[in-house]
Amino acid sequence: MKLSRRVWSVACLVLLAAILAPLAWAALAPIALDSHDELFAIPKGTWARRMAGDKVEILPSEVHLTQGANDVLLLRNLDDVPQIFGPVLIMPGQSFRLPFETVSVNDFACTAHASGQMRVVVDAMPAPGWPRLRWRLQRIDFLKRFNLSWKN
Amino acid sequence: MRALKRFLLALALGCALPLAPQLACAADANALGLKAGVFDPPRQAPDFTLRGSDGKELKLSSFRGKLVVLEFGYTSCVDVCPVSLAMLAQARKQLGALAEQVQVIYVTVDPERDTPERMKRYLGAFDPAILGGSGTPEQLARVRRDYGISANKKVIGPGKDDYVIGHSSYLYFIDRKGSLRALLPFGRTANDVAHDAAILLKN
Repeated sequence: MKLSRRVWSVACLVLLAAILAPLAWAALAPIALDSHDELFAIPKGTWARRMAGDKVEILPSEVHLTQGANDVLLLRNLDDVPQIFGPVLIMPGQSFRLPFETVSVNDFACTAHASGQMRVVVDAMPAPGWPRLRWRLQRIDFLKRFNLSWKN
Repeated sequence: MRALKRFLLALALGCALPLAPQLACAADANALGLKAGVFDPPRQAPDFTLRGSDGKELKLSSFRGKLVVLEFGYTSCVDVCPVSLAMLAQARKQLGALAEQVQVIYVTVDPERDTPERMKRYLGAFDPAILGGSGTPEQLARVRRDYGISANKKVIGPGKDDYVIGHSSYLYFIDRKGSLRALLPFGRTANDVAHDAAILLKN
């Protein structure tokens, strides 16, 4: 059965709309996360893995937060030993929740990183359009890299 | 029917009670609205005994009943410490009458140069109420380890005193009961310190 030219045109338009609609949403919809917390956790057994020579990356040396969206750094130690995590010494089972209210660059001494430093960059809320679309795409990549969930 | 209701109520309470402290802590940490980073659950602040800049013994646990703001630094520091101490002095002024219930303790990371007398002179220029703490290198290393403070000496010249020390610059908030509640990184304002101190004095 041959489809008419008109049907093909409509099908193409529908396909195009199906591609563009999510992109338009991602570029224009306001950013509203369920929580302002950006969670990084030291899993149980990390110390033992490090002692065995495994180089475990838990916390990137540069963390980007967004003011008004995910602007609270939440560090959690699920391991059995105290850990210097980011800027602080955190006991087993303890969390440290650090809010950021302004767009800023914050450097912390951090023995967990080879550079001895950790940087927390607090960016402004991206404007609608390409900046907001890019923010969402980068976030998907970031969440995948550190096995985090979107709800963080 | 009434017996069943009682049984269900008892069951619900039995399940909820063990979780109550954790839930209370989580709610506490989020609800206070502190500008500082919050530890959840808080732990007892590691105690220490040093030589105070007032010439007396400086024992952290003897300040129970007051809010202690603990900072680490050294009197030869040219960038971070003067800014931080001036900010703390300003925060104490903003607190007004409440300032009497806040004790700022400044522990040196440079025991070789920071004698109690030198610390008293230095701190007095900012606020005479700030207490300095010095001690042996071993005592101070232990305190730094307990609080996760790093201090790295870097030689910058041939002389004995030609060195600087890169150190963590945080303010630790220890509440009236001696619990380590919060940490404020360097760069925050006197308003933030006064804001958090006022909250922690009440909670």
